[in-house]
Amino acid sequence: MDSEIESILEQLQAARDLSDLQRATEAVRDHYAIAHIVYHWVSSTGDQYGAGTYSQAWVDRYLEKGYLRLDPVLHGCQQRFDPVDWKQLDWSGRGVQAFLREALEYGVGNQGWTLPIRGPGGQFALFTASDRCDDAQWSAFIARAQRELIILAHEFNKKALEFEHGRGGAPAPPLSPREQAAITFIARGLSRAQAAQEMGISEHTLRVYIEAARHKLGALNTTHAVARALSRDAIVL
Amino acid sequence: MLRYVYGHDLKAHPRLADSMFRDRGAQFADRLGWSVAVDARGHERDTYDALDPLYVIWELPDGTHGGSMRFLPTTGPTMINDHFSHLCAGVRIESPLIWECTRFCIAPRADRRAAVGLVLGAGELMLNFSIEHFCGVFDPRMERIYKLYGIAPEVIGQSGTGPQRIAVGLWEMCHAAHEDMLRRLGITRAVSRDWFERSMHAPVPMRESA
Repeated sequence: MDSEIESILEQLQAARDLSDLQRATEAVRDHYAIAHIVYHWVSSTGDQYGAGTYSQAWVDRYLEKGYLRLDPVLHGCQQRFDPVDWKQLDWSGRGVQAFLREALEYGVGNQGWTLPIRGPGGQFALFTASDRCDDAQWSAFIARAQRELIILAHEFNKKALEFEHGRGGAPAPPLSPREQAAITFIARGLSRAQAAQEMGISEHTLRVYIEAARHKLGALNTTHAVARALSRDAIVL
Repeated sequence: MLRYVYGHDLKAHPRLADSMFRDRGAQFADRLGWSVAVDARGHERDTYDALDPLYVIWELPDGTHGGSMRFLPTTGPTMINDHFSHLCAGVRIESPLIWECTRFCIAPRADRRAAVGLVLGAGELMLNFSIEHFCGVFDPRMERIYKLYGIAPEVIGQSGTGPQRIAVGLWEMCHAAHEDMLRRLGITRAVSRDWFERSMHAPVPMRESA
């Protein structure tokens, strides 16, 4: 199943415009067989843009009614950076209750998980997964998928930032020499213990170097990071 | 008990916040001799406190601070990446699965439960938020305390001498340590989860019946 997320990450990294981001949200939704995946960038001036699988009718309704004002997901997430289960948010108040009823009517789902992302220079975005299921099913899904969702969220945001800076404006940062060395040793088939020994560092430090490289490469895991580093010519065996 | 409080919510806990920043002043400026800014109230704060970090705080029965630490995501500004990357062999520690943990502080009034509680709280963050590592800048003189609680960091770099000595360390999730902390505090995982949820959840949950 991992390889499907890997190919979605590849698809995401190759994205050239918003419609490609849109297709990526659909692919993530289909992979998990849940109701929705949404990436939503909200600027400090209230401008918003994004991609997602909510129905056009709901998006239109949301914009027309200016729901940005009272959406508890946005307001609850704005001042935090941990993943938020929608059940943690404050859904009280008449306006919010009406908003919730409508959201349910429009098929948003009764369960949701949102990761707030604090980007550079005050940039802020939300990445959401939602579905229609019971609490136990939802927490089981989140327990299983949270790590991947966090990685996906940041890849969507990287892409959106790249679009914002104009084509070629924000290239992926190159691997540092130590990250390069760590990934190269793993690519050559050394175990983590052997690679750490070669580099004169502990295995724990090696894992952190690999994790930093994984994030730069937009990979799902170490094996995927190695594959991406090779295909990008970021390492030489 | 443990509280997990974002910076913007500290105003809801004035006594706790006041004693936390005061204890930080006493620990980092007075005892460890760090050159940190302390205001007229004796509060120690730096620019990272202004970034709305997440604090994990051990609260004493009288409502004051028993111990605390401060977390920020490494995908934003962090002390390590901004000031100490030369101690990390030029690797910028940045990943949504790694958070920075700084200002580990224990109040002089607190007993051993404070440090145990903080270690437990750090574990809850990892378990609940899929965090795989913490990194942080710390005073090597604190290592002895960390060791005492079985959470000695992996030191990846250090510099300076005497009070200027500073180290960059890494911590990762250890399930056995988590169990051990529960045992030392004499509480169950359910109690720890309850502390976590009481802090992180709004009082009015979303109802499916709506």
